[in-house]
Amino acid sequence: MSLSLSPTMITLFGGVLALLLVASLVGFVLSRRVTSEGGRLTIDNLNARIKAWWLMIAIFAVAFTFGKMVTIVLFALTSFYCLREFLSLTPTRPEDHRAVAAAFYLFIPLQYWLIAVEWQTLFAILIPVWAFLLLPLLSVMKGETEDFLPRTARIQWALMLTVFCISHAPALLILDIPGFEENFLLLFFLITVVQLSDVLQYVFGKLFGRHKVAPRVSPAKTWEGLIGGGLSASAVGAALFWITPFSPLEAAGMALTIVLAGFVGGLVLSAVKRSLKAKDWGTMIEGHGGALDRMDSVSFAAPVFFHLTNYFFAI
Amino acid sequence: MIARLVGEAIFAATRFLVGGHPRWRGVEPDLTQRIYFANHASHLDTILLWAALPGALRRTTHPVAAHDYWGTGALKRFVAIDVLNAVLVERSGSRDPLAPMREVLERGESLIIFPEGTRRNEATPGRFKPGLYHLARDFPQAQLVPVYLTNLARAYPKGALIPAPITSVVNFGPPVELMAGEDKDAFLARAQGAVAALAEGESA
Repeated sequence: MSLSLSPTMITLFGGVLALLLVASLVGFVLSRRVTSEGGRLTIDNLNARIKAWWLMIAIFAVAFTFGKMVTIVLFALTSFYCLREFLSLTPTRPEDHRAVAAAFYLFIPLQYWLIAVEWQTLFAILIPVWAFLLLPLLSVMKGETEDFLPRTARIQWALMLTVFCISHAPALLILDIPGFEENFLLLFFLITVVQLSDVLQYVFGKLFGRHKVAPRVSPAKTWEGLIGGGLSASAVGAALFWITPFSPLEAAGMALTIVLAGFVGGLVLSAVKRSLKAKDWGTMIEGHGGALDRMDSVSFAAPVFFHLTNYFFAI
Repeated sequence: MIARLVGEAIFAATRFLVGGHPRWRGVEPDLTQRIYFANHASHLDTILLWAALPGALRRTTHPVAAHDYWGTGALKRFVAIDVLNAVLVERSGSRDPLAPMREVLERGESLIIFPEGTRRNEATPGRFKPGLYHLARDFPQAQLVPVYLTNLARAYPKGALIPAPITSVVNFGPPVELMAGEDKDAFLARAQGAVAALAEGESA
């Protein structure tokens, strides 16, 4: 196996590590100094997020070091955990077992295999076309019509969101962009902007948040957070133009698009979660809910970023 | 040794697929003699419930497994008896099906039983068979702990070839007692209600 960590990559990881070290240090100091109950909760939440990033950065370091195949496998596993969380909370029926099993055992491996062999056309339609038609067939053969449409729709949604959408992140690796070799940097760009946007929106929201965007759906999201966090994350994205095939202005536009798509993803999944009467998607990462709680923004941002890059920059 | 390794492998695979996180609600894990009684939806129930117990309790807790499934074939038999510490019972036949359970309780050890008697593709528990009542009457010192396993009817319904990865939570509830003079049907309905109560607020 060839190790594919380039000098640029090492610089970037160094930067991220430094940032995380500072964040951990700040979190530690704050946890010592905080006195109020509400403040304690905020700091605990912040420190829990920082811990999750350490885990995430470790996983990405492994993926990027060992190359495309390992990255694809790791994203396939992420899809697996997200789909498991989604379907565990979603009321399907025992009669849907075949459709659910096909989603896991057929469509996850197939979707990621198509990335591995770079079959981009089938990758783009496997789930929207073939799974869309096959899954209801598997359910209908059981003859149970109770709630048939909602049940089928739930499985379709789960698969689109957790497998189809998320798989667009590693699919960045197979885009053919003239004069640009290191596609890992596109993945790095996407994940960095999404994660920074999440945390900066949180921080800006905590500091200046007054006006809620959607109080019933996600009380923590404020206009101040969205604008402050979103613009700073976009600025960081623009500053990262030199690792991308984009000009500074294009990089800023891409970053802003990623921020907005990610925000919508968080909002929509929060509404889904609430409609299922759940607070978190799962308990996989201590204190953070589940894998899907961390992937909600990525699931919306990845396909948008993939297709914009593909349309305007790839051949 | 081999049984332990096989056991760990089975538990790891089961956790990967269907989770099985224990949730103790109104009861704590304890070495006192207990009869855990649970809803029954899949062949994974036995493995999951047993694996949800702390290691120290597993040594003296025996799942009751149907002979006509777990007793057939060397591998299933090995898993049932050597790995899961199970007692096998005949669901039909001349021998008293409760006899092997009584032997365990007489030794002062604990049982895991599925009083519905068979797997059901439903979220809520069905009618209980009378065995639980007889055991409760004859072994009043044993605590009766209701258990509700979520989602397993969806993860591994009757007739399915392989389990689908849908996570289950193992809910342990506060013990139920057989009251003085309580008649069989009333007790069984109450015990069933105790399992059903744990299903409230859980997706099934």
